[in-house]
Amino acid sequence: MKTEQPLEGKILTPTFLICGLIFLISLIFMGKRFIYGLGAVTNMNDGYPWGLWIAFDVVIGTALGCGGYAMALLVYVFNKGEYHSLVRPALMTSLFGYTLAGVAVVLDVGRYWQLYNIFLPWHMNASSVLLEVALCVGAYVAVLWIEFSPTVLTKFGTDNAKAFMNKIMFVFIALGILLPTMHQSSLGTVMVIAGSKLSPLWWTRLLPVLFLISCIFLGYAIVVVESSLTGSRYPIHDESKLLGKISGIMAWLIAIYLVIRFADLGMRGHLDLAFKGDLLGNMFLLENLLLVVPMAVLFVPANRKNPRVMFLCAVSIVLAATVYRFNTYIIGFDPGNGWHYFPSAGEIFISLGIVSLEIMAFLYFIKRLPIYRRS
Amino acid sequence: MKIKRRDFLKGLAGSAVLAMAPPAIAASSEKNRLPDALGILYDSTLCVGCQACMVACKKANNMPMEYSGSQRLWENPVDLSSKTLNVIKEYENGAAKIKDREIDGYAFIKRQCMHCVDPACVSACPATAMTKDPKTGIVSYNKDACIGCRYCAVACPFDIPKFEWDNPFPKIVKCQLCNHLVAKGQIAACASECPTGASIFGPVKDLLIEAERRQTMIPGKYYEFPVAEVSSTTKQVHKVKQYIPYLYGKNDGGGTQTFMMAAVPFNKLGLPTLPDRSYASMAENIQHTLYKGMILPIVVFGGLIFLVKRSEKNKKE
Repeated sequence: MKTEQPLEGKILTPTFLICGLIFLISLIFMGKRFIYGLGAVTNMNDGYPWGLWIAFDVVIGTALGCGGYAMALLVYVFNKGEYHSLVRPALMTSLFGYTLAGVAVVLDVGRYWQLYNIFLPWHMNASSVLLEVALCVGAYVAVLWIEFSPTVLTKFGTDNAKAFMNKIMFVFIALGILLPTMHQSSLGTVMVIAGSKLSPLWWTRLLPVLFLISCIFLGYAIVVVESSLTGSRYPIHDESKLLGKISGIMAWLIAIYLVIRFADLGMRGHLDLAFKGDLLGNMFLLENLLLVVPMAVLFVPANRKNPRVMFLCAVSIVLAATVYRFNTYIIGFDPGNGWHYFPSAGEIFISLGIVSLEIMAFLYFIKRLPIYRRS
Repeated sequence: MKIKRRDFLKGLAGSAVLAMAPPAIAASSEKNRLPDALGILYDSTLCVGCQACMVACKKANNMPMEYSGSQRLWENPVDLSSKTLNVIKEYENGAAKIKDREIDGYAFIKRQCMHCVDPACVSACPATAMTKDPKTGIVSYNKDACIGCRYCAVACPFDIPKFEWDNPFPKIVKCQLCNHLVAKGQIAACASECPTGASIFGPVKDLLIEAERRQTMIPGKYYEFPVAEVSSTTKQVHKVKQYIPYLYGKNDGGGTQTFMMAAVPFNKLGLPTLPDRSYASMAENIQHTLYKGMILPIVVFGGLIFLVKRSEKNKKE
């Protein structure tokens, strides 16, 4: 049996250096944010108290980090051990996605020096959906690092440490499935309280169900995208057979999701809003078209043998789940009273800086740690 | 083994059903009015737009001046902000000639915290920085608890909590119904300084009776209106306008402790159209259904431990 190995190679590639440059620029904006306040860097306002950082870095960032969760569901809950080779890379992307979402939260909260209040029982508000999200995400970041630790220990640790970690790992694997189920659904519930401020195209009490299902098929899509991209650049073991099976699962999950999405919208009597031809209607159509097309394509068995088609479908699904979250948190959100929001250069640069850091860490880890199986 | 797994999947399906069917046990999270709640009744038809309430509010709460436009001659905030807790806004239509008329008319509206019966900000705040006084129902803010996440501002249907965007050490700012004055037996500054009785302060139950009395008045006739406080013996006589037969705040968004009366439709005055059930109670319902006592998560966790163990065993074989 092949085992995971570092892919080796130079660290300071052009991609790595460009990412480094973007990250350095973002540091300037971060400095400005802490010295002059959020208003000096961002376009957020009292109508749009949440902007790009919450929508993209936290909500979308953690959703993109659902590869580890989605694979763990398959391997452990549905007992499909054959997918095991895809778990480690997926886990690593989850690790970065979630850790950096945590960093983004520190940048975003106004009173960051008091952030620890949410961990003090006498400050906790059990009714707050955001508290549940914060605690679950915080715990999951820790769980991800623990789950990932054997990979690091293989390189640096003793065999004893690794053996011990492997022995207690089942607890953390179980937590690693429970926690995302809780907080990814709650990330939908977060916007239930926004009520009339959110367009009926997105506001529904089923937000938690839709967020949960979409984060799972998004997780699989990320695994397909990542595996395809890495495979095109580096000599890793060909996983296209497994990716084909995953693509089939995605198509079914999307079908279930779309049935719920449209039945709910129809039952609430707002289907007409989708075809009004305005920005919101078109964003809704775009979001769902990006799902319908890959679903239809992936239901054809021959397409699930074509790596290129699978890759393009997965990209479309990633975009769809991203647009869905943007729509729910920003585009479909209208506080009224003439408020507007479009992210500032500073906000965009900080988000890009965080993504760049993620890519740099990814490149370093796959080259120096045993993540992928080499061909 | 197979059966166990099926049971587990049933459990997963069951929790999905719970999440999808919150209306079934809907009533549990809804809140009722507090018997000794305090509030304000604002009558748009009595308001002359003098802004004395805005000046009084700034003085009583030590709030900074705010200017709009380039000339800094006098204070003139255009809306609520982290510097302005209370504002009088104007509705205008067409020629804007006659007061309290929807077409070609104008009208005033006071905006401030509505002190909801079931406040979204209190429900949303992860750190319990927003609290509703168990006696007076006044919704107030504690900066020492606040983490600055601004979920209160996202949640509030009236866009009341405001954030100090240009302060590196910011806080949330909102009307707290002058609770520092109420503690001394006084009333909210905006009501005590209102010269026409457009804003009156008092127990919610008395305000509701007063609002009902006004709804039964005959338009064009003259009636007495209390000034500053609902129980005040100082009264003014005004000619009654044709009220919209609706007390804003009685049920809107689960009810509020600030009430609005007007002769122009409330959505024209910038107040949101809300269902009678608070969105906070809908969100809490989902949350409490899934997480009450953490029972469901613990059961799922147990199932997951079992499944992971089994799958690891299979791998070894």
